[in-house]
Amino acid sequence: MYNFLVFSIIFLGLTTLLCMFRVIKGPTKGDRIIGINIIGTKTMVIIAIVSSILSEDYFIDVVLVYALISFIGSYVVSRELIQSEKEE
Amino acid sequence: MNIIAVVLISFGLFFFFVGTIGVIRFPDALTRAHGAAKCDTLGAVLSLLGLIVLKGFSPSSIKLLMVIIFLWIANPTATHMIARAILASSGRENKTLGESKDANKTELTIEEAGEVK
Repeated sequence: MYNFLVFSIIFLGLTTLLCMFRVIKGPTKGDRIIGINIIGTKTMVIIAIVSSILSEDYFIDVVLVYALISFIGSYVVSRELIQSEKEE
Repeated sequence: MNIIAVVLISFGLFFFFVGTIGVIRFPDALTRAHGAAKCDTLGAVLSLLGLIVLKGFSPSSIKLLMVIIFLWIANPTATHMIARAILASSGRENKTLGESKDANKTELTIEEAGEVK
C-alpha cells in the first residue's frame, strides 16, 4: 500500500509538470487560469495522500483550507479579467 | 478494503492523466476548460474517496467527505467563472469568426440553391 501511495504522489507530480507546460506556454490568459486551477486541485490530492502516508490527521485541515483558498483565488482572478475586459 | 481503495485511487489518477492530456492537446481555451472540469471533479473526488475507504470511519474521513462536498459545489462554479472570463477576453475574435462562418454558410446555401435550380 505504501509503494502505491508513493507512486501516486510521483504520478501526480509528473502530471503537474505537464500542466505547468500549459501555464507557461498558454496563448491566452484563460489557459493560464485553467492550468493553475488544475494544479491547485492536484496539490490538494497530494497533501491528502501525504497525510494518509504519514498518518497525520491535521493535514486534512490543510486540505480543506487549501480548497477554499484555491476556489477564491481562481474566482477572483477570472472576475478581475471580466471587469478589465468590460472597461476596455 | 485495500483493493477497493487501490482501484478507486487508480481511477482517480487515470482521470487526472486524461484531463491533463486534454489540457495539453485540445485546440481552444474553452475545450481546455472542459478537460479541466473532468480532471477537477472525477479525478479529485475518486482519489479522495479512495483515501476515505483506506482510512475507514474516523473524524479525518468525515473531513475528507466535507472536502468532497465542497469540491462538488466549488469546482463547477470556478469552471463556469473561468469560461465566462475566456468568453469575455476573446469576445471580438469569436464574433468575427461566427460572422465569417455564417457568411460562408449563406454562400454555400445560395450556391446549392443555384445548382438545384
